[in-house]
Amino acid sequence: MNFLLEIGSEEIPHWMIPGALDQLSKLDLLGAVPLVDATPRRLVVKAGGVPERTPDQEQIVKGPPLSAGDKAAAGFAKKQGVELSAMTKVGDYYELRKTVPGRRAIDILADYLPAAIIGLQWPKTMYWTAKNGPRFIRPIRWIVALSDDQVIPFEIAGVRSGKVTRGHRQLGAAAIPVTIESYNEALRKNFVILSSHERRHKIETEASKLGAKIDADLLETLTFITEYPTAIRGEFDPKFLELPAEVLTTVMRHHQKYFSVESAPGVLAPSFVAVMNTSGDPEGLVKQGNEKVLRARFNDARFFWDVDQKRPLRDRHIMLLSLTFHAKLGNYDEKARRVAGIVQELASQFPEELEFPFEDAHHAFAAAAICKSDLTTEMVKEFTDLQGVIGGLYARAQGEPDAVAQAVYEHYKPTSADDSIPSTRVGQLLSLADKLDSLRECFRIGLIPSGSKDPLALRRAALGVVRILIEGRWELLLGKIAQDELLNFLMDRVRHYFIETRDFKYDEVNAVLASMMTPIRTLHDAELRLQALAEIRSTPDFEAVAASFKRIRNIVKQAQGFSHAFDASLLESGPESDLYEAYLAAQRNLQGKSYRVILEGIASLRPQIDAFFDKVLVNVPDPKIRSNRLSFLARFLIDLTTFADFSEIVTAGEQK
Amino acid sequence: MDTFQDTVFKLKRYWADRGAIIQEPYDMEVGAGTMCPETFLRVLGPKPYRVAYVQPSRRPADGRYGENPNRLYKHQQLQVILKPSPDDVIDLYLGSIEAIGIDLKKHDIKFEEDNWEAPTLGAWGIGWQVMLDGLEISQFTYFQQCGGFDLDLVPAELTYGLERISAFLQGVDSVYDMEWAPGVKYRDVRFLDELQSSVYNFEMADVDRLRRLFDEYEAENKRLLKLYDPKSEAKARFPVIPAYEQVLKCSHLFNLLDARGAISVTERVGMIKRVRDLAVSTAQTWADQQS
Repeated sequence: MNFLLEIGSEEIPHWMIPGALDQLSKLDLLGAVPLVDATPRRLVVKAGGVPERTPDQEQIVKGPPLSAGDKAAAGFAKKQGVELSAMTKVGDYYELRKTVPGRRAIDILADYLPAAIIGLQWPKTMYWTAKNGPRFIRPIRWIVALSDDQVIPFEIAGVRSGKVTRGHRQLGAAAIPVTIESYNEALRKNFVILSSHERRHKIETEASKLGAKIDADLLETLTFITEYPTAIRGEFDPKFLELPAEVLTTVMRHHQKYFSVESAPGVLAPSFVAVMNTSGDPEGLVKQGNEKVLRARFNDARFFWDVDQKRPLRDRHIMLLSLTFHAKLGNYDEKARRVAGIVQELASQFPEELEFPFEDAHHAFAAAAICKSDLTTEMVKEFTDLQGVIGGLYARAQGEPDAVAQAVYEHYKPTSADDSIPSTRVGQLLSLADKLDSLRECFRIGLIPSGSKDPLALRRAALGVVRILIEGRWELLLGKIAQDELLNFLMDRVRHYFIETRDFKYDEVNAVLASMMTPIRTLHDAELRLQALAEIRSTPDFEAVAASFKRIRNIVKQAQGFSHAFDASLLESGPESDLYEAYLAAQRNLQGKSYRVILEGIASLRPQIDAFFDKVLVNVPDPKIRSNRLSFLARFLIDLTTFADFSEIVTAGEQK
Repeated sequence: MDTFQDTVFKLKRYWADRGAIIQEPYDMEVGAGTMCPETFLRVLGPKPYRVAYVQPSRRPADGRYGENPNRLYKHQQLQVILKPSPDDVIDLYLGSIEAIGIDLKKHDIKFEEDNWEAPTLGAWGIGWQVMLDGLEISQFTYFQQCGGFDLDLVPAELTYGLERISAFLQGVDSVYDMEWAPGVKYRDVRFLDELQSSVYNFEMADVDRLRRLFDEYEAENKRLLKLYDPKSEAKARFPVIPAYEQVLKCSHLFNLLDARGAISVTERVGMIKRVRDLAVSTAQTWADQQS
């Protein structure tokens, strides 16, 4: 049979709909595959090939023991609703074999669906009938539940399931009888496009035609905020283009959910594209209305800009004093001062030969002093997403050096995994210092993220630090800027970054991070070693050598108490001294070479290593020879695995 | 074209026809219609109630000396409480929008998630902002908690921003250019109030005196509530509503001090809690008195 469920609700928040659909796609429809879709007002599940009923099942019910006698068996039979003659004797017991008839799917679903629907998980639910009433994301107002042409009868929160749906709020009918076959078309005639795919496509096509710059997140929002989307274009006074593009775009995209329009790449046109939840705007009323709203918003922004200029960023320290960074960590003025201190600290940690340019350090220090000041501006109070950006724009307008303004502008970057790190050295240094300050201070007072709890977004801050160090190729050692728990926390982010963002294999990452070079080299160096390792990984020689290193490590680990004194004259000629010669040659030749060359050199030792293990016994009876041999292997292992611990590599033979 | 007052008349008529009592504004300073006893106290308990009223709402920090075309120190809200919320509450709401002359078939209406929370009242609800052609014209909330209580009946609260709606209907860019009554602009009625209140709130309010007043009103509320005896036969005559009025005073004084920039952040959290504690204990007393 065919199945249709439509949960008619008041407008569901757009961002929660995909999650609900995901859960609905796992509904238990007796083996049939649920196909799901939704608009803001309806969650819909369809399925074909749902079995009419579940099969009959034979059940064995164990009765009393034979020793209890027929009387007990008769009592048992009565309880089961059968004659004594229906009982059989199996072994030492009475037994009843009975057929449990299968149930009709419609009955099973009528029992199952109410709890399954109310059981959907939402980020935040409400009650609406009365205290202790059922909870859902918004009130449920109607339910269509059909098994072929029959209603699957149930009730949720006083709403009985039926076969009547509802159209678009303004354009459709309020009550539309449907069948499974007529459902989609009936909705369409009533201005509801059920397919989110189709709505997305309609918005994208129409908006692009009107010149919109398509923004994927906004497109997704609009898809789930409309039942019948239609794009229109509006204009605004070009004089507003004097305002920063960042402000204009934020107002359009985030506050008004409009697409912006560009006249050339990166150049805003005085136009926008709005997406209505209706079929058209023949009289231009919607366009006019939206234009007016945007005008008011832009006027506000201009007002904020003008007011904010009356007090430059440099003069806002007093205001920062009354702005709390965190209840236990003081105000933003203190934060800005600490950030400036960390800028100095980082600049001074630079290796002497790579001395940090004084000019850059000076700019970063100046930027730190004003980087939080925009939090006190009207513009940022209104457009909180633009923190930093506004500071940068104001700094430039107030005559701060470009390098300072740009650093302030970008110092919250990267704000997500997709976001880039600050583009300038000064900006990177400021961003590092700002994030490090938050991390150090929070760790200092024990505000350490655990599980899903990370209210201050410290993981994001830590990932930002790691990415700036790696992608910015900073000559700073993680171990020098963080200790103990914080260092471990940052190392977790390093691992996460290499595996999740950069797609390195976890064992390669383990090999590189476990090596003794990691604490004394930069993260960028670890990245170079990883790249070399990943490139050579698949060659047969390397795999074999990695396996050998593992073997050597095990031998050395198991053999305890050997002296580390090594005497080359004790080596036997043949495979053992051949390997020694190859090792010495490698040591000489690979000095200062690229990691790739070094790795290839190590992989090329395979014949000598193989021959050694083929012919040479390590644990010989003679203690002197044995100790010397172990000592050689230990040295070999240490010297050739400084930049990656190859024994961490999972070789083909070990994979399951 | 409807004047500002025409629009107000129509909305009141619409809700009166649907069984709401038409109340007059509460005669004290409040930040929103929600804070009036007609909402704050009436949503508590099991008695159904329908009421609509215009409430001038004061938000000192939003004052702009009468210079900003859309922001006001004191704006007017039409507050509607439908307790319990009827099943067709959204249709009723949309009917009210049509009643003031907006043909919904020609406009774009969206319900966008916007949950409401008032920390100083121990109150929150689930709902939307209602967008008309991109303009937020109403806040629609299903109350869940008030005064720290889970509510027995879930009231729907509809709050209309009257200046915005009327400016939209009249097609003017600045609320000050709206016609309040024939030949009388909003500016003529309200500008001086906006200007002078901004001057007072931002420049001249005496911080020390405001603080003392806050303490006094807080003390008066506490003094009163201590005297309440839940076992008293005469508890119905106990002045819970006057006690609540002390809370409203505190709330407004807090907003004034905040706009004046006189409250440090640590202090801010503490003061919000002080107001909430008063609101919650008053709500508890009210609930007991009405039970």
